[in-house]
Amino acid sequence: MEPFKKIKSIVTPLDKVNVDTDQIVPKQFLKLIQRTGFGQYLFYDWRYEQGGIPKTDFILNDPEYKNSKILLARDNFGCGSSREHAVWALDDFGFKAIISTSFADIFYNNCFKNGILPIRVSDEILQKLFSTKSEIEVDLEDQTIMVNNTPVSFDIEPHWKKILLEGLDDIAMTLQHASQITKYERSHKI
Amino acid sequence: MSKTLFEKIWDSHIVVNEDGRSLLYVDRHLIHEVTSPQAFEGLRLNARKVRRPDLTFATMDHNVPTSDRTLPILDQTSSVQIKALERNCKEFGITLFDIHSPNQGIVHVIGPELGITLPGTTIVCGDSHTSTHGAFGSLAFGIGTSDVEHVLATQCIMMEKPKTFEIKIQGKRKNPHAVTAKDIILSIIRKIGTAGGTGTVIEYRGDTISELTMEQRMTICNMSIEAGARAGLIAPDEKTYQYLKGRKYTPNNYDELVNDWRDNLKTDSGAKFDKSFTLSAENIAPQVSWGTNPAMTDDVTGSVPFPDEYGKGNPEEVKGATKALQYMDLKPGTPIIDIVIDRVFIGSCTNARLEDLIEASKVVKGKKVASKVRAMVVPGSQLVKKNAEEMGLDKIFKDAGFEWRESGCSMCLGMNPDILAAGERCASTSNRNFEGRQGSGGRTHLVSPVMAAAAAINGHFVDVRELDLN
Ligand code: SF4
Repeated sequence: MEPFKKIKSIVTPLDKVNVDTDQIVPKQFLKLIQRTGFGQYLFYDWRYEQGGIPKTDFILNDPEYKNSKILLARDNFGCGSSREHAVWALDDFGFKAIISTSFADIFYNNCFKNGILPIRVSDEILQKLFSTKSEIEVDLEDQTIMVNNTPVSFDIEPHWKKILLEGLDDIAMTLQHASQITKYERSHKI
Repeated sequence: MSKTLFEKIWDSHIVVNEDGRSLLYVDRHLIHEVTSPQAFEGLRLNARKVRRPDLTFATMDHNVPTSDRTLPILDQTSSVQIKALERNCKEFGITLFDIHSPNQGIVHVIGPELGITLPGTTIVCGDSHTSTHGAFGSLAFGIGTSDVEHVLATQCIMMEKPKTFEIKIQGKRKNPHAVTAKDIILSIIRKIGTAGGTGTVIEYRGDTISELTMEQRMTICNMSIEAGARAGLIAPDEKTYQYLKGRKYTPNNYDELVNDWRDNLKTDSGAKFDKSFTLSAENIAPQVSWGTNPAMTDDVTGSVPFPDEYGKGNPEEVKGATKALQYMDLKPGTPIIDIVIDRVFIGSCTNARLEDLIEASKVVKGKKVASKVRAMVVPGSQLVKKNAEEMGLDKIFKDAGFEWRESGCSMCLGMNPDILAAGERCASTSNRNFEGRQGSGGRTHLVSPVMAAAAAINGHFVDVRELDLN
């Protein structure tokens, strides 16, 4: 995994609560057996009319946000299905961080596994971000978001911070405990 | 120290603690065709093996056709995914219940049916409804594909310890054939919300839960994820032990294990939960969802809400409900029983077990599906199908005009040819009414099997408490 770097970008505001992973990547695109190329299917049913014509009123189709790397979302983002395809699509589309008041558990986990940073902020900060048009800067090392020259700090589990910053392979990390796993297996009978 | 059931299972599976997280041993790993191909690819790229193929079981359920299985699969992309699973299982030595196996079925239906699911164990699967297995007192987590790869390679999962959430359901349902486990869990989600359980493992407790059969308990635990929870649990009891006895993969020393489980697998009196919620079962009515998430649900006697009322002053919720009603094409104030449906789906890991089909068949017996309605029954597994056919249920459904299909996820998520057309409205026994879930532009109302069956016959929702279901 690539180490996570500082991001400077405008934010794409997706103004909706309880966005589920069925919306992020609809099921018709889950049949692919690779991890890449899902960006084109991101929010497919919201992004396109039947027949593949882009819906002009959907935020992702607004050219203003074309190069945005940060998605701004609302409560309980990523709920529902465990499909990691949702995160692959966000990543492939170009989002490297997602800011919201809360995330669904499995989605939250899946983000880190793919080098995407999900950031939880208070209602008040989220509101402020929804009304900003200028670029913001996300610095994981310092755990801050710079909004209009004002730093806002955020919390993150130390384990995830390390994995993202160093781009670590978590399977390799676990395999360092191979002898303990074997020991556990010997004493555990089911 | 007093511990909850969750804490006991968690603690007994810790391999190491690190950085405030635990590496947990995984006793059983279930796999299906949609969320596993990238995980196997990852293993190959890194020249890694599957650590415990003997603890890993696979089936194909999400995109398999539910029509005649002697015919080839027409959808090329589905076929590629199915073949990939066959190849991966062969290469890595994993037991696979393929499309022609008598044990094929929805992964969460076959786990318990085959005795793979056991009390006090940890189970993971790349599927959010893994919570179903919690009905047996098994700590069961849905995981993403990267974690599937991690478990394949290490037989462990690294997790932060979730919080504990007690949901107590007490009292007798007035009419247990009409007010089902589905109505109980929908009532809970309606009250605590789709994020009410985020970050927690729920333990369902109380006399209402003890009275439920194992299949009904599975319906409850199944939808824990719809409340946002990491997992749902019910302490095992004699019903649990009886259910699993003599199944295909039940261990040889089962009786010995049961003795141990009887002593240990319960929440100690005095153990503390981080959060609690209590619900009385006495006044629960049959539930019908009207919106685009499972919390957007009302009693069958209710009406489609006004967004302002529903949102109770929260602008985001008001907006959400307005959009949901637009998508569902429903007018506020419409009585639920006046909602006319086009399709009926009895199926999914929530409600496609034998008891579900028996209950639904009572409503259908000797009647006909309404003329404009297309209705189908998709048994949860080949074994459910076989048992149902031995009881003659297939005949009851077919005589009434239902389609009787092969097992799989089918129209629960519409990855196979079973989908809603845009604008079609469906009474469905599945678990998600998200936009487009059952087909782009399709509209889903979540209900119990008896409610779905009654809707099929009448062409609109009816209060099944008014029917004779005994
Ligand atoms: S039946 Fe539906 S919810 Fe259950 S595993 Fe299949 S797709 Fe998922």
